[in-house]
Amino acid sequence: MTEATAVFEGAHGPKPRRTFSRRNIFLYGTLIMVALYYMLPLYVMIVTSLKGMPEIRLGNIFAPPVEITFQPWVKAWAEACTGLNCDGLSRGFWNSVRITVPSVIVSIAIASVNGYALANWRFKGANVFFTILIFGAFIPYQVMLYPIVILLREIGLYGSLWGLVIVHSIFGMPILTLLFRNYFTSLPEELFKAARVDGAGFWGIYFQIMLPMSLPIFVVAMILQVTGIWNDFLFGVVYTKPDIYPMTVQLNNIVNSVQGVKEYNVNMAATILTGLVPLVIYFVSGRLFVRGIAAGAVKG
Amino acid sequence: MAKIAAIPMILTALCVFVGGTLWTVVYSFTSSRLLPKANWVGLDQYERLWNTNRWIVSIENLMIYGICSLIFSLVIGFVLAALLDQKIRFENTFRTIILYPFALSFIVTGLVWQWILNPDFGVQNIVRSLGWASFEFDPLYNQDIVIYGILIAGLWQGTGLIMVLMLAGLRGIDQEIWKAARVDGIPTWKTYIFIVIPMMRPVFVTTLVLIASGIVRVFDLVVAQTSGGPGIASEVPAKYVYDTMFLRQNLGQGFAASTMMLLAVAIVIIPWAYLEFGSRKRD
Repeated sequence: MTEATAVFEGAHGPKPRRTFSRRNIFLYGTLIMVALYYMLPLYVMIVTSLKGMPEIRLGNIFAPPVEITFQPWVKAWAEACTGLNCDGLSRGFWNSVRITVPSVIVSIAIASVNGYALANWRFKGANVFFTILIFGAFIPYQVMLYPIVILLREIGLYGSLWGLVIVHSIFGMPILTLLFRNYFTSLPEELFKAARVDGAGFWGIYFQIMLPMSLPIFVVAMILQVTGIWNDFLFGVVYTKPDIYPMTVQLNNIVNSVQGVKEYNVNMAATILTGLVPLVIYFVSGRLFVRGIAAGAVKG
Repeated sequence: MAKIAAIPMILTALCVFVGGTLWTVVYSFTSSRLLPKANWVGLDQYERLWNTNRWIVSIENLMIYGICSLIFSLVIGFVLAALLDQKIRFENTFRTIILYPFALSFIVTGLVWQWILNPDFGVQNIVRSLGWASFEFDPLYNQDIVIYGILIAGLWQGTGLIMVLMLAGLRGIDQEIWKAARVDGIPTWKTYIFIVIPMMRPVFVTTLVLIASGIVRVFDLVVAQTSGGPGIASEVPAKYVYDTMFLRQNLGQGFAASTMMLLAVAIVIIPWAYLEFGSRKRD
């Protein structure tokens, strides 16, 4: 929309500016410098991961590799050691998949029902709980870490994958509930009323009317949750045991382990591998990602 | 039915957010070590906390990191948004590039910058090899400036988000205002400072709250980039809490420290909530 108006205004504006005006050189020059600065770490990661160790020891971290090798990637994926395990990051990757998939599904299912109940049914006390939830989003996680350990221990899920799924559902709830509540509130209320008149119940309306209409917001919520849960470190390290550590925790253990010779190329390959999933989601989803974080951020 | 469906939310709100917070505050007055025990010791844990050098260093670091990251995020975020708002070409490309670090985890961010700031291979080495042999830039190995090394990484990761929010705010400003300012012959920079920024107050307030609540949580970045070192020079409160609770089995001390964190957040959040609700009533 903004581009359309920009084109329109351009056509109506005063005389066209010269392409190489001093203003443009300054503007694009600054932006290109900034863009290069932001790209630099990604570039360094990729370049380092494709070099052999002798080349790294001799040279410049910004120089492109003389001899490209994929050995570091193979090693990072399948052979890097954490403690006694030497099966590489692949273990952490699959753990993260096993954590992320159920966490995303459960957290979104709960939050969408919450949002729906808050937007359309407005039961007694709803606003009180919602306000608590929103304020809860600001409480530092450290305050609630131990009480949740006790809760999980009570229900026998401490240290297990499902325990972590519950934790992610709890801490994802404030922002997701807000997202869904705002979306459902924006839908025309007549729809809901008509369905009520036709005798549809709570779940009937949710599954037959609300769900089919809210695909976009589900996609936004999914992007938000997949990146958030994949990138989580704190909950992974607190609520799971070493054999189901998510990728971020395992990555940190590989790179920051004190024993052995540091293999910077393997470390960088491992770092890219861990960042790959959210990066792919980011570059593929583009605008939706921006919408997700903006929705989460502006009101959060 | 709606109430039954909302049980997970009600449980979370009451048991975790309210209950958990109260529980932690209450048990911060006990001498719990490996397991929580209700033997009251009054304010002992707090006294010990504020006499612990590591905590003092953590607080100092958080202050430096917090103030710098607040100022730099707002300034850089706003300037970048203003530059992108000049009807430039490839706006999407620039925005995508500046925002992508936000998709990466703090662990990844910390590890990349640990590598770039490595004095033997990274920036320092490059500048030296260009001929400036005495050049020194090793923030991660120098106690006095280590927190700025973390700040560089944190800003790289987070400024994109602030820019996007600011850009949305700038786009929300009526074009007529720009036209009026131009007719009156007000220079662009003056329009920004005296007209546009005051109009964007709500955006600034939300980003401020966002940055502030993010700052208190800084944990993974430090763990990945420096592990709190060299020595204890880059410790932060969130890490202090984690370490005392889960590595040193000193629960009471961890509860006291996390209660202090809660207090800090409350000082930021309560005035903001008050302002929000206050202005809503007036509308």
